[in-house]
Amino acid sequence: MKILVCITHVPDTTSRIAFTDGDTKFDTNGVQYIIGPYEDYAIARAIELKESHGAAVTVVNVGGAETEPTIRKALAIGADDAIRINADPEDSFFVATQIANVAKDGDYDLILMGRESIDFNGGVVHGMVGELLGIPSVSPVMKLDIDGNVSKIAREIEGGKEFIELKMPFVAGCQEPIAEWKIPNMRGIMTARSKPLNVVDPVDSEHPDKLVKFELPPPKGTIKMIDPGQMDELVSLLKNEAKVL
Amino acid sequence: MSVIVFVEHDEGRIKKSSREAVCYASAIDAGDVIALVCGNAEPKEMELLGQNGADRVLHATESRLDHGDIQAYASVISQAMDNENADIVILAKSSVSDAVAARTAIKSNASFATNVTELPNTSDGFMVKRSIFTGNAFAWVKLLKAKKIIGISKNAVAYKEEGGSAEVSDFSPVLNESDFNSTVTGRDKATGVVLLPEAEIIVSGGRGLKGPENWGMIEDLAEALGAATGCSKPVSDLEWRPHREHVGQTGVKVSPNLYIAVGISGAIQHLAGVNSSKVIVVINKDPEAPFFNAADYGVVGDAFEVVPKLTDAVKAMRD
Repeated sequence: MKILVCITHVPDTTSRIAFTDGDTKFDTNGVQYIIGPYEDYAIARAIELKESHGAAVTVVNVGGAETEPTIRKALAIGADDAIRINADPEDSFFVATQIANVAKDGDYDLILMGRESIDFNGGVVHGMVGELLGIPSVSPVMKLDIDGNVSKIAREIEGGKEFIELKMPFVAGCQEPIAEWKIPNMRGIMTARSKPLNVVDPVDSEHPDKLVKFELPPPKGTIKMIDPGQMDELVSLLKNEAKVL
Repeated sequence: MSVIVFVEHDEGRIKKSSREAVCYASAIDAGDVIALVCGNAEPKEMELLGQNGADRVLHATESRLDHGDIQAYASVISQAMDNENADIVILAKSSVSDAVAARTAIKSNASFATNVTELPNTSDGFMVKRSIFTGNAFAWVKLLKAKKIIGISKNAVAYKEEGGSAEVSDFSPVLNESDFNSTVTGRDKATGVVLLPEAEIIVSGGRGLKGPENWGMIEDLAEALGAATGCSKPVSDLEWRPHREHVGQTGVKVSPNLYIAVGISGAIQHLAGVNSSKVIVVINKDPEAPFFNAADYGVVGDAFEVVPKLTDAVKAMRD
């Protein structure tokens, strides 16, 4: 079995969000970058499937050279090799086009990624890659088991889960609790250094949309504290001042 | 020119979020609003989409669409766009719509934006405002292609119900075997409760409640308010509450009118899931809990005393 895991290189979830250049660029000052938390689940499940069923796991990322430490971390967790598509991940369509191009010749049985990136929260790349390759896509996946060439999946729906079966190959957007996150061990970190990380050029792609500017939400007003004995007052404020009851 | 709205239903009943999407399409004012419904929805429910601003309803009745495949839905939308000469498609965010829209965008060569929070700005091209960084920022994005697909967040437009009913006509798109690839073998779904993504009020509990046996008072308060119940990540990880109630960065992101957090300290990952709530009330015995910095109203006190009092006060107000 061959598994392709697509990862993002995104600001740590605790990062301060700020913008520069007239609100047109993300302020990277002091920001730590990580593998997106949803992709951490995707990698962990890929490694579990490698251990239980036998699989070659390749990770792919669309990004500049600065994303290589993030890619090496995925190798340290247990992926066998990696591909970095040397381009800025400007929009979902561009990223999906690059991933589909790498995937089309790779004969992958499974293409796993996160349900969405935690920076732009698009949640669309899995659907686009599936459509570009002419294969099914499914997200957000909470459970993924393999039985022959059929995969049994639990997908989150509003208020619960839906159980589905489909044949490989397909694309899956992953989320908890599909697998336990894996933390690289020392041996993993050592061997990651010598695993292949191939850098390829992007293919030409359109840009169907263009980022114009960023905006921060308005600052929160001051908090009103209510005495724990005065719950009538709280209800009255919610009803008459905030008008939410 | 027309605007198509992909309308979802739950056991035949049109989802509130999809009605909101019809309101959005109507507010854009870019031609006839055509609501597209797939599978076995109740006829009366479809007609009532007229109250939200639909001029017509297209009903793709084929039974295979009842448990529709994402690929099949994308084919249906794409064909409806061609038939109706529609340049714009609106969808409300759901566990189905983003993936359907993503595939439709490829099929129909359209620009696509998700998590759009307000009406487009068309003063210079066609620009939409998207929520990014899990609600911590916004991006203004210009959609450059002639065809545009917009996935909207809750509260992206003022909800309205007025006017009459819409005429429903059957729609029979050409669907192939290759559009149906997955088999739904079952569903495990909460019934008889308010679901988080659609809730106007949410009461959430955290580790401060000490154990699952203490959730009765959270449920009592939620019931008095007609609210959904939620929880923090540790509570769902500890399996005190089901995963579907986990609110936060890697759980459900919510935007209710009122979010009441009880015994939740307010880790940044939890705040990311609630920061687009209109009003936040925090009840915590620790005055230093970081959640107070994100709240509109705060109560420093013991949840076990405060919550039952609040429930009584809500009941008294409702009577």
